[in-house]
Amino acid sequence: MDFYTSQTQTIKSGSSSCSRGGDVDQFPTGLRVLVVDDDPTCLRILEKMLRICLYQVTKCNRAEIALALLRENKNGYDIVISDVHMPDMDGFKLLEHVGLEMDLPVIMMSADDSKNVVMKGVTHGACDYLIKPVRMEALKNIWQHVVRKKKIEWKDKDVEQSGSVEDGEQQQKASEDVEYSSSANEGNWRSSKRRKDEDEETEDREDSSTLKKPRVVWSVELHQQFVAAVNQLGIDKAVPKKILELMNVSGLTRENVASHLQKYRLYLRRLSGVSQHQSGLNTSFITSPEAAFGSMSSLSGLDFQALAASGQLPAQSLAALQAAEFSRSATTSAISMPITDKRNIFSFEPPNLRFGNGHQEASNNTKQVSLLQGVPTNMEPKHLANLHPAQPIFGMNGNSQVNQSNSALMQMNQLQSNRLLLNQTNGSRVPINQSSHEQTLMSNAIPRVWTPKGVERGTTYGHVSQGSSMVDFSVKQSTELPGTSFPLLSGSGMSTLSPKPIFQGEVNTEVRDLRNFRPGYELVNELHLQKTPDWSPQNNRSAFHGSQNSSFRVKDDLHSVFNQQAVSATTMSGDRKNVPVNNGFFSVGEGQNNTSNMGPVNPLLAYTSRRVKSESLTDPGYQSNLLSESFGHDDHYLLSALLKQQQDEVLPVDNDFGFDGYSLDNLSS
Amino acid sequence: MEVVQLQRSFLEYTSSLFQEGFLDAQFSQLQQLQDESNPQFVMEVVTLFFEDTERLLNDLTTALDQSNVDFKKVDAHVHQLKGSSSSIGAQRVTNVCIPFRNTCEEQNIQGCLRCLQLVKQEYFLVKNKLEALFRLEQQIVAAGGVIPMVE
Repeated sequence: MDFYTSQTQTIKSGSSSCSRGGDVDQFPTGLRVLVVDDDPTCLRILEKMLRICLYQVTKCNRAEIALALLRENKNGYDIVISDVHMPDMDGFKLLEHVGLEMDLPVIMMSADDSKNVVMKGVTHGACDYLIKPVRMEALKNIWQHVVRKKKIEWKDKDVEQSGSVEDGEQQQKASEDVEYSSSANEGNWRSSKRRKDEDEETEDREDSSTLKKPRVVWSVELHQQFVAAVNQLGIDKAVPKKILELMNVSGLTRENVASHLQKYRLYLRRLSGVSQHQSGLNTSFITSPEAAFGSMSSLSGLDFQALAASGQLPAQSLAALQAAEFSRSATTSAISMPITDKRNIFSFEPPNLRFGNGHQEASNNTKQVSLLQGVPTNMEPKHLANLHPAQPIFGMNGNSQVNQSNSALMQMNQLQSNRLLLNQTNGSRVPINQSSHEQTLMSNAIPRVWTPKGVERGTTYGHVSQGSSMVDFSVKQSTELPGTSFPLLSGSGMSTLSPKPIFQGEVNTEVRDLRNFRPGYELVNELHLQKTPDWSPQNNRSAFHGSQNSSFRVKDDLHSVFNQQAVSATTMSGDRKNVPVNNGFFSVGEGQNNTSNMGPVNPLLAYTSRRVKSESLTDPGYQSNLLSESFGHDDHYLLSALLKQQQDEVLPVDNDFGFDGYSLDNLSS
Repeated sequence: MEVVQLQRSFLEYTSSLFQEGFLDAQFSQLQQLQDESNPQFVMEVVTLFFEDTERLLNDLTTALDQSNVDFKKVDAHVHQLKGSSSSIGAQRVTNVCIPFRNTCEEQNIQGCLRCLQLVKQEYFLVKNKLEALFRLEQQIVAAGGVIPMVE
């Protein structure tokens, strides 16, 4: 240990605070690690490696035993390392439990290095994922996760802690933490030493010292109280303040509840991939509209372009706008609905169904996916035609999160069953809703995306990826995005936009809505596009992959989507020709090219057609089947017309669907 | 003298095992983990591996012997085998697990049986090699020597 000695000596000379000789390397010594793996060989090796790192190791080969140990000894461990594949309990489940109940950092490991599994780990909130065989170097640095997590917790609690001393300490710690995290080497022993000195006072590193904010341990009982409170309030109304009041636990702060609620919502969302359960989305969605309402209203119909240009409109506002618009225009949209009836070429299940479950729309990312599943890519063109009119509906759907809109949505859904096809496939989510949800989600979640737990958002996207057709891709993208159907729209959106005079009318009146929708769509699309679809084993995914750039370009997507939306919105109301949506869509696909030019309608079409094609290629049988079932002759015509349009840039489509006066000609920009 | 010779044999033998792919870098890691506090660490871990693998191989044989093969289960076993063999550095065993998992995914019973055969072969090969290695080690120690570290 000469190195350390010399280091400390240097430190000693350099700073008076460092007086301890061998203490420098104390941290992260003694870190209490719980290792769970059913493979005895690996377990033994890990134990040995961790011991050599001077960690305190407890090993067990069953997840249930691990949970029992953790529950028994709430603050007995600093970090958990768990295998993914275990016979008695799935590693991810363990991960969730630990995250919810104990809020400890969890590292997953597996011999499986396939992207899906790693992604799953990330989205479930694992703070790291190690591939077996695990090497010593990987284990040496696991302490950074403990520090990071504590740091985040401290920050969360910092809000209510007003002590400047604490702030000072916080900052100091923060800076030290940064040093720790960035270079897990002994070079920063000086600062770490200071930190360590502080830590020395809180030897077991648990909490209670003024240096460390106590970490709230969410015991089973506490969590149950929490859940009871949430259920009592209703997931929609479950705000931290009220939950706190209901729980009536001394020492619990609003911030604790807030962060726990956040996790809980993500957890529920994950769980309810199939159910219609709308976890936090509603809440967040609902709350955001209020905030953004004012600003939103100004948007309606007016400054989209400007907004788009500035790209400033946050996704949240967008979602809020949608919500606002949605609820406001609920009635108006309903009116427009009847018109679209004729266009119900697709035999979607009544939107009502979806709305019925509607609350859950937002939260069911996975649901969304399923809805879209049914939609073959071939359907796109049709969808385009049909969807377009339905767009407003979608928008509404998006807002359906707001209870009142639901009814409006229902109406709309019924009217727009065509559109609902998309939704239908999703099962019971109105695609639109999702988009709005998505937006909200995205906007809300964006910050979370980048935290370990926040990664979960990604998962939701993942769920979505089951869509099979064009719709699918949107669906696939984001389970939460109601807009899954949108992509379809977007793709075909161009045509849909133009063909309907009614739509136009709707546009005029519902411009706002449309805009709302658009963003949703776009958003969804973008999201989809952006997400690295690791999602589902859908063939279509390959199409997505191609078009997707990276995962989690959420923020950008939102903006670009929004911009797109804005552009399209204005366009729509303007001349119903270009389908800005497409542009947006296209842009999105192309990596967020937010040019709100109407021009590239064609490219978009091309884009979508590409997508369609690729998707169709992947699942032609399915698509064609769907296509034939849902679409009659007209559909085929439309489809071919659309495709042709894509090639010719103008698609003169007869409005077999009853579009008044709108022909795809309008699409030509 | 004898010790030196034993040590040399040991080193040569170990090198050959690495060269022939029976063992990989992970095994070296294990060797480095061994220290005074745990002089038998490698042997201990390898013994665990042997026991675990033999159990897995039996399970695999049984599972593939069923009239209605549960490929998911087979895959799970193979996955575990892959994990443990890679952890101790039994490279050739790990390498067979990869196509083995593919045949499970394909639900290809013949493929699975072939892979099982291969994996058993590789396992017994590496088992023999390691046991020979341990014997050499014991001889060195018995002759009063120190087991050399393989670079």
